[in-house]
Amino acid sequence: MSGKTLYDKLWESHLVKQRDDGTALIYIDRQLIHEVTSPQAFEGLRLTGRKPWRADANLATPDHNIPTTKAERSRGLDGIVDPVSRIQVRTLADNCREFGITELDMDDIRQGIVHVVGPEQGATLPGMTIVCGDSHTSTHGALGALAHGIGTSEVEHVMATQCLIQKKMRNMLIRVDGKLNPGVTAKDIVLAIIGEIGTAGGTGYTIEFGGEAVRSLSMEGRMTICNMAIEAGARAGLIAVDQTTIDYIKGRPMAPQGELFTRAAEFWKTLVSDADAHFDRVVVLDAADIIPQVTWGTSPEMVAPVTGVVPDPDQEKDPSRADNIRQALKYMGLMPGTAIKDIQLDVVFIGSCTNSRIEDLRAAAAVVKGRKVASTIQLAMVVPGSGLVKQQAEAEGLDKIFTDAGLEWREPGCSMCLAMNADQLPAGKHCASTSNRNFEGRQGFGGRTHLVSPAMAAAAAIHGHFVDVRDILLEPARA
Amino acid sequence: MKAFTVHTGLAMPLDRANVDTDFIIPKQFLKSIKRSGFGINLFDEHRYLDKGEPDADNSQRPLNKDFVLNQPRYKGASVLMARENFGCGSSREHAPWALDDYGFRVVIAPSFADIFFNNCFKNGILPIVLDKEVVDALFKEVNAAEGYTLTVDLPAQSITRPDGSVIHFEVDAFRKHCLLNGLDDIGLTLEDADAIKAFESQWREKSPWYFTAA
Repeated sequence: MSGKTLYDKLWESHLVKQRDDGTALIYIDRQLIHEVTSPQAFEGLRLTGRKPWRADANLATPDHNIPTTKAERSRGLDGIVDPVSRIQVRTLADNCREFGITELDMDDIRQGIVHVVGPEQGATLPGMTIVCGDSHTSTHGALGALAHGIGTSEVEHVMATQCLIQKKMRNMLIRVDGKLNPGVTAKDIVLAIIGEIGTAGGTGYTIEFGGEAVRSLSMEGRMTICNMAIEAGARAGLIAVDQTTIDYIKGRPMAPQGELFTRAAEFWKTLVSDADAHFDRVVVLDAADIIPQVTWGTSPEMVAPVTGVVPDPDQEKDPSRADNIRQALKYMGLMPGTAIKDIQLDVVFIGSCTNSRIEDLRAAAAVVKGRKVASTIQLAMVVPGSGLVKQQAEAEGLDKIFTDAGLEWREPGCSMCLAMNADQLPAGKHCASTSNRNFEGRQGFGGRTHLVSPAMAAAAAIHGHFVDVRDILLEPARA
Repeated sequence: MKAFTVHTGLAMPLDRANVDTDFIIPKQFLKSIKRSGFGINLFDEHRYLDKGEPDADNSQRPLNKDFVLNQPRYKGASVLMARENFGCGSSREHAPWALDDYGFRVVIAPSFADIFFNNCFKNGILPIVLDKEVVDALFKEVNAAEGYTLTVDLPAQSITRPDGSVIHFEVDAFRKHCLLNGLDDIGLTLEDADAIKAFESQWREKSPWYFTAA
């Protein structure tokens, strides 16, 4: 009999009840809550007179819908200009108070994007099951936790029962062998993976990411990779626990301390796939083949290396794929054969649960330091993932580097990744964005998104079009 | 949740792969704290020519007459024919809420994104996976014949075409049971409260580090 995958281990350790038809009740250790997908779940509890099964397993923070300008944020909740948004953020606060759930509110330094806050606070721990009414919950898999994005009915179900009804997924291993080239980041790895397997390639699977290139990444980089597992169709992504994971957790406010930490860490070290574990599908990439990536279309799988060109639908043999390319190019306003480096940009967005952690901001700052944003760029903004990331960045002087270069330095939130608040990409404008989705209208009605790494977005801000960040990094450093 | 047993309705083809949840219901409508009223903004960015806002008077907005939903022959459609990877992207349950509120009861596609697929069952919508070739054939038929209706019989797991021919489909037994009876699955899970408590107490004993308060 073969060994177990990490996913098998996490599944089995949380199995409350296996039903005959393949579905199971899985115990949930942590639920993260934000303002957009929770109000109807709380309302459901009220209507049925139910209480949270374990209120202390929940942690809430507003992120999707809050303003990111200093002026509007300084006026607090009551100062949110959009009345519909204000009601939603207030509803979260009211619901958390009513049901005894801890909320890191808008004015709390610890507030931020749920998927940045969870790991940062130690609310995300290896070996946990985690859910959130947000598809990018897969992020937390970077710490060796089984983390699923769920719908609002399931949010209510987990609140009321501490369990999720789930069917076991199949196991997929994506291994990135060898060493990464300089200037190539976690974002480029995951975009290259999605380009390889497609946006539905991981549907029905839990994906474990492994191999030397993944193992060598920091926790921030690992979170970027797992974050986009859902863009490959997988509800959950995973990375095995190692010393990098354990060092990251140590000392975080909600992590165990002292002797309990030592005991926990011993257990966490077992959270790896066995050497003889069976995977239903294995995909292997060579890190040496990966260079900075840029999406040109309206799905994350529509991606090319920065040295490449926009594809020609007439060269595509599969007629439905050719149609998809045609639709995408029409929306994006791009001609087949255009060099990626010739795509002119109007807006640059550095932020989102994919790329708004301290390492991302450092990478972007290293590129813009001593340079100026191109005159053709109408808006370039940096939105830190949490109040604590913002504080750390300011302590390192990164905010000054950004503002000196002509980028705006904002307050934490989801911002232009999904554009629910005022941060919207205007119609027809091209945006170099460190976010996760380039769907039609995602960043604003008619907006044209190109997904890239923070360093690539920063380089694009300076030049006004895409450039290979590896060329910039080779230039002599500026004062 | 409303029950689903047998449904006969007009089919509407949405001939596009990878339809994401932003396509189904754009983000600005997610500011609502209700779970109803989304139907008028279903497929908003394709259905209307301008940008929709939560408080807009939709009856005054310019329609995109080329979009399938606005074609008179599909008025009142309740069976949506879709392509690969339907419902990909965000976990927003507003997507099935919008489909339901508009009047769709069934979505047929060669494949669905997992979270969306799951969300449908929680809202009385039946998502059906059929082989690509079968879906291709249905698209051809619905395009060719105005007034093309399908009868979807959940107990029998069958779809009956206008010519009387029958297509069988698969559905998970538990989901079928819940949908047929319109069951609230929280109530069902709470029937296992003792098993949950027993699990929780041994898990707390074994892994106390997961039980520090948030």
